[in-house]
Amino acid sequence: MIPAAFDYKRASSAAEAIALVSEYGDDAKFLAGGHSLLPLMKLRLAQPTMLIDIGRITDLSYIRDAGNHIAIGALTRHMDVETSAMLAEHVPLLAHAASHVGDAQVRHRGTIGGSIAHADPASDLPATTLALGATYVVQGPNGTREIAAADFYLGFLESALAADEILTEIRVPKMNGAGWNFQKFNRRAQDWAIVGVAAWRRGSESGVALVNMGSTPVLATSVSTAIAQGASVADAAKLASADADPQADNNASAEYRTHLAEVLVRRALDASS
Amino acid sequence: MSHVNELTARGRTHPPIEGDCIVQISVTVNGTTHDNDVEPRTLLVHYVREQLGLTGTNVGCDTSSCGACTLHLNGEAVKSCTVLAVQADGQQVATIESLEVDGIMHPMQTAFMENHGLQCGFCTPGMVMASISLLNENPNPSEDQVRLGLEGNLCRCTGYHNIVKSVLACASAAAVSGSK
Repeated sequence: MIPAAFDYKRASSAAEAIALVSEYGDDAKFLAGGHSLLPLMKLRLAQPTMLIDIGRITDLSYIRDAGNHIAIGALTRHMDVETSAMLAEHVPLLAHAASHVGDAQVRHRGTIGGSIAHADPASDLPATTLALGATYVVQGPNGTREIAAADFYLGFLESALAADEILTEIRVPKMNGAGWNFQKFNRRAQDWAIVGVAAWRRGSESGVALVNMGSTPVLATSVSTAIAQGASVADAAKLASADADPQADNNASAEYRTHLAEVLVRRALDASS
Repeated sequence: MSHVNELTARGRTHPPIEGDCIVQISVTVNGTTHDNDVEPRTLLVHYVREQLGLTGTNVGCDTSSCGACTLHLNGEAVKSCTVLAVQADGQQVATIESLEVDGIMHPMQTAFMENHGLQCGFCTPGMVMASISLLNENPNPSEDQVRLGLEGNLCRCTGYHNIVKSVLACASAAAVSGSK
């Protein structure tokens, strides 16, 4: 399978990438690691006429301690997130979730920013950063702005990023020793989750997000509210799908997904408590 | 990298389409630098197979699932059906053809041979390249770590047991020779 023809430019900075996308408009797409975009282009489900390669913008690949949060450059690869000692110490849930993305070859190329900007509800890192209360920094022609993860995902593969904006940084609050767990239910190694759960808990505080339980990654706020009000894990998990809108596909019916979400949220919170 | 209007590529397998964007790339493959003109949509696997004639790297599923097209980009295993040739511009690529030097196989190839780590052999170039990358990152893996590390490579002869055995044998052979 070969993508439809397109023109190609390589950007050496975020500013250059923004200038190029402003010039070429809606038919242009940013190419980071390419592990979400290229499969779509090979199936011709996406046919951009211009690819702007941002994969060489090395100053957007970093993991830094920024006090209360860890700042991760958007072009940081999954493998670098997975193996970061700083993330293992301060945001172990994210490092662990990154180790579940695809396989080693995919993690050598795919980037955290690419995964988030792609906004696939079946991907692991959008939901994980959502559970952690991350903030995304985006840059456009008029400067930068911050978008809370909870406000970022608008629909299937649709985010709050404007066409001329680029995701530059993911800010993830330090977990400060909170319990955490990541559940990924799939039938075969390397598959996307049929349902996944990213969760952390510190006493009455918690964050729970669901993978593949709707058209966007889902923050299970009803579960966290119940935990805050003193509900048992088993009772809180019964509310796993209260904020979700699961769809049926070849892998699972909506009813089965609803069942899985309750079981997996219960397991994740038991392991986090 | 520069854009040229006229077709100057050697070994192109089809005539250019009017308005085609052609990009000049320079890629070091198995230690030799190649300068070629490619369409931006050319996949790295097609570049090494069709333009460079290195057909050891196989195309299996063509959907970044099976790993038959695994080669090394800057020393790390990647699926070359999901990388554009232009993304390899200025980079180092190593294919299965680079492993045998002066008639002597790479220790991983020897381990696959001695442990019957292949049946039909189609997945083998990808398995070997993925396994070398795995040991580069984790020189002394457990059996579980080998199985997890090779989750991106499918063998339809169901020969995983001997493949895992081969990788573990290569790792322990390297540990023995390293301790001498």
